[in-house]
Amino acid sequence: MRTTVIIAQPGSAQHRPDSFDVEQVRRDFPILQRTINGKPLVYLDNAATGQKPQAVIDTISRYYAAENANIHRGVHRLSVDATAAYEGARAKVQRFMGAGRPEEIIFVRSATEAINLVAQAYARPTLEPGDEVLISTMEHHSNIVPWQIVCEQTGSVLRVVPINDAGEYMFEEYEQLLSSRTRLVAVTHVSNALGTINPVRRIIEVAHQRDIPVLVDGAQAAPHLAIDVKELDCDFYAISGHKMFGPSGIGALYGKYELLDDMPPYQGGGEMILSVSFEGTVYNHVPHKFEAGTPNIAGAIGLGATVDYLQQIGLDNIAAYEHELLVYATEALSGVPDVRLIGTAKHKAAVLSFLVGDIHPHDVGTILDMEGIAVRTGHHCAQPVMQRFGLTATARASLALYNTTAEIDALVAGVRKVRKVFG
Amino acid sequence: MSALTDLYQQLILDHNRSPRNRRKLEPADGRAEGYNPLCGDRVTVYLSLDGDVVRDIAFEGSGCAISTAAASMMTQRLKGKSVSEAKSLFEKFRRLLTDEHGVGDGGPELGKLEAFGGVRRFPARVKCATLVWHTLNAALENREDIVSTE
Repeated sequence: MRTTVIIAQPGSAQHRPDSFDVEQVRRDFPILQRTINGKPLVYLDNAATGQKPQAVIDTISRYYAAENANIHRGVHRLSVDATAAYEGARAKVQRFMGAGRPEEIIFVRSATEAINLVAQAYARPTLEPGDEVLISTMEHHSNIVPWQIVCEQTGSVLRVVPINDAGEYMFEEYEQLLSSRTRLVAVTHVSNALGTINPVRRIIEVAHQRDIPVLVDGAQAAPHLAIDVKELDCDFYAISGHKMFGPSGIGALYGKYELLDDMPPYQGGGEMILSVSFEGTVYNHVPHKFEAGTPNIAGAIGLGATVDYLQQIGLDNIAAYEHELLVYATEALSGVPDVRLIGTAKHKAAVLSFLVGDIHPHDVGTILDMEGIAVRTGHHCAQPVMQRFGLTATARASLALYNTTAEIDALVAGVRKVRKVFG
Repeated sequence: MSALTDLYQQLILDHNRSPRNRRKLEPADGRAEGYNPLCGDRVTVYLSLDGDVVRDIAFEGSGCAISTAAASMMTQRLKGKSVSEAKSLFEKFRRLLTDEHGVGDGGPELGKLEAFGGVRRFPARVKCATLVWHTLNAALENREDIVSTE
């Protein structure tokens, strides 16, 4: 049986502009020239991590080869230049996220660390026993566990907004779950396991009517959609460098200035202080207050190069192209007998979680790997999502700007081969 | 034989399709649960011992073809074997999957379990095959805690 799934277009982009040339984009990513098991690499594991464009690789390499020094320290030329490059990267990320001021961008290790920072430095000092933190079923473990920890520390309660059979956030249930004890709402912008794009703007609006701040986990959104934290009016927004084709070990937290300014430090050490004595220490200002120790300087500068790259192509162009890929892939995979898609939200990013009959996703993944096709198999660090659908695992193809319809065809041929091997 | 057909041999596919001894054993002299956090697969091994001999052995749980077939074939192979033979087979099985230099001499033969030799070429899948054996080890010690492959 052939099922055609119609997916609503995210955002306003209706047609792929002629300026987007996937073959040209592919040439920017050297790893795409590789072969795996004698076959051309078909990389469909972008929700796990993105590949790196040459411009980012060159920026990091040049930094270490010619520009390396510690920042905010020396009077010597290299240190001054490295500081300017690091702070320049902060300004680039600020513009990329649509933040009002560069101080609202804190460099962290990862989106995970960004969320932990908010949990420990914002939530922990304010939560009281019986207070509530509201998340959703579709969160990645990184937007669950930090809240569980802080709830345990403070005697607060974690509440969870359910998702429907399509994998969509249940908005009415959300409104009902907001209570006089809700102190924070945390929600993913895009689900890593299902691809669902959440109505974060509406979620924020409703929370703000009750003066509840909202954290958005944007790890899966930043590589695929234009982000505008001012327009969203979110209070915190977390992004991850490596998922958006930048280096690993770097991410950013956006926070509204007034909130960040009121928060105590997250970690202590160098850089986050103005003066230290045994009688008392004066903390540095935002954002440095939250960047204890020598940061990942090359990572931050690499992330700056990454957002330059993405903006040069244009997030709207990327979103439009990826939507075409999603429509193509949804139809192609649905045409394979016994394939069942998990996550059929109306608003979806190009993520296809699927099952092939009763064949275990690990077996699917191994056979696809022999064809040079990289997909993720397992619970995708979102076990509550799997439990919601009564599963332990799925296979997941997650697409990015450099994927092609020919690669989708290779995936479909691979899935047909899986069925053949398992008879 | 290609790496793939070497991995998914007919024998393995057959045990995956119709697993032997997949049932609960009650009462059991030994019981343990195994968990592979990488894929979320869980397996429970039940043992019934007659002195030092495995009188009956069964498993519950579902996982990939490799882990299901490994559980099925392990239970089939161990019925009637002594505890020391079982441990010696585990050691040989482990070496079959990880050691390029053969499986060594002495003790009981792996027999049909050699079908898992193809797993060696797929390092990410070795744990799928060994999870049930690690769980068996725990069941022999009648440990109730969960064994993890990590």
